[in-house]
Amino acid sequence: MALLTLSNLYAARGPCDVLHDISLSVAAGEFVGLLGPNGAGKTTLMRAALGLMQSRGQSNLAALDRRARARAVAWLPQAREIAWPMDVETVITLGRAPHLAPGQCPGAEDRVAIDAAITRMGLDGFRTRIATQLSGGEQARVLIARALAQDTPLLMADEPTAGLDPGSQIGLMELFAQTAREGRAVVASLHDLGLAVRHCTRVVVLDRGRIAADGAPDAVMSPDLLARVFHITAHFASGPEGPVFQPLGLIR
Amino acid sequence: MRFPLLLGVLALLVAGLFAASLLVGPAGIVPARALAALIRGEGVAETLVMREIRLPRALLAAMIGASLGLAGAAMQGYLRNPLAEPGLIGISGSAALGAVLALQTGVAAAFVLALPLAAMAGAVVAVGLILLLAGRSGGSITLILAGIAVSAMAGALTALVLNLSPNPFAAAEIVFWMMGSLADRSMTHVWLALPFMVVGGALLATLGRGLDALTLGEDAAATLGVSLTRMRLVLIGGTACVVGAGTAISGAIGFIGLVVPHILRPVVGARPSRLLAASALGGAAMLLAADIAVRLILPERDLKLGVLTALVGAPLFLHLIYRTRREGL
Repeated sequence: MALLTLSNLYAARGPCDVLHDISLSVAAGEFVGLLGPNGAGKTTLMRAALGLMQSRGQSNLAALDRRARARAVAWLPQAREIAWPMDVETVITLGRAPHLAPGQCPGAEDRVAIDAAITRMGLDGFRTRIATQLSGGEQARVLIARALAQDTPLLMADEPTAGLDPGSQIGLMELFAQTAREGRAVVASLHDLGLAVRHCTRVVVLDRGRIAADGAPDAVMSPDLLARVFHITAHFASGPEGPVFQPLGLIR
Repeated sequence: MRFPLLLGVLALLVAGLFAASLLVGPAGIVPARALAALIRGEGVAETLVMREIRLPRALLAAMIGASLGLAGAAMQGYLRNPLAEPGLIGISGSAALGAVLALQTGVAAAFVLALPLAAMAGAVVAVGLILLLAGRSGGSITLILAGIAVSAMAGALTALVLNLSPNPFAAAEIVFWMMGSLADRSMTHVWLALPFMVVGGALLATLGRGLDALTLGEDAAATLGVSLTRMRLVLIGGTACVVGAGTAISGAIGFIGLVVPHILRPVVGARPSRLLAASALGGAAMLLAADIAVRLILPERDLKLGVLTALVGAPLFLHLIYRTRREGL
């Protein structure tokens, strides 16, 4: 079942188009890594798909009314914003808002989702800590837990691994892969190609607003594509430990 | 502290200060006779003092204080900035300009409600300008900039009116009005302001959940099902109702809308939705206390309410900033 369907999507920032004719479909069970150099249009693609900015073309999510959309997709923006010194559990509880009627307090079902999200992100010891006093990486984990607590079939995240320590990055990628295996879908923009190759079920490579490649990581990440889109060379091996990808040098 | 308990404590505080406000005054009526006059109408002079002077004054202090606290909490929540206050978007400045024009042209003397109505007209013009400048949708920064522009314009025009005032007495009347006061207000003023404050308060009260979601930023809030366009319109409309009506009755009273949410934020766990109700009660308590204080400190000199709130509010705010800095936030 397709959870995200984009067809002929165009989006502009100022006078020039930054997305050209994007058609993309993401089904349940997929963990899609959205790759591309800075300015390729990764964030714009996701924001346009969510209906957060003006676009032309079709997006199944942008077509939903805002309450239905909030139950269909959770969005983790790149800017990690927690404006007020709330405790961690309260921040994570904000993710339940789409499931509550106006004036309704979180009930047993909400508690289950919140507790599951807290456990998954390893935040059990942090529940009563003030979120704004945590380190950047810890705040990132709190916000990921908030998105997980929203309990939607699709999760979209903008550079979720930025600023996390290596263990947390791997843990997060494994969590997203696990989430996808459970029948949901995850779309995450990533800059660490090695992580994407190891954990994503599919990668979509953007280059100057167009899809340059789309498919299984080992099929897509060819020397030619890396040279053309990222201007790098890389070492790519497949062994008993799974696929290994290491960028090597710059092509000048 | 648990939230219902906090609201209970604040409500008791408001009730106590309201009673104190009814019992303090130059007429020096003993409390038992004051209450008898207020409730049963015993004694012609006492009844007049209680029902026509002290009751409207206490009611207006509570209403305007609650309005300022509520609007301040909503504004800070929406802009995600603890330095925001209800006057930021130019409503109070424009309402003051309307009142000043009424005083200058002499319309204010034509009938009792001429001045407050002119002030409300000023607030309506401000809302129109803000919507025109900032648009119906868009980021919080455009709203701040539009507010600053409207405030500056209203301030400049107010200064122009003062500049061109025909004699020093007219200028003094305008300056004293702008300092803010609740002296010599009547039940007519209460009935004029009440509908606007009820409507505005009800509008602002609906913002709670959206303000909570906005803690995570505008994009995250939008994907949590919040309509930012609706929130913005409700915020502007609600603030215009409560602050416009408040300024029309009392003149500009600063610092309540800034300081009260700031004081109460740690007590409600920093949740913007809870801060709304708590700040409304806190604002009512603070303005009632300030209005009692102006009557006790210099009873014969007519100390202006806005002057006192600024004198108390500014150092309090400095202290809060110092405390915030020490906590490393």
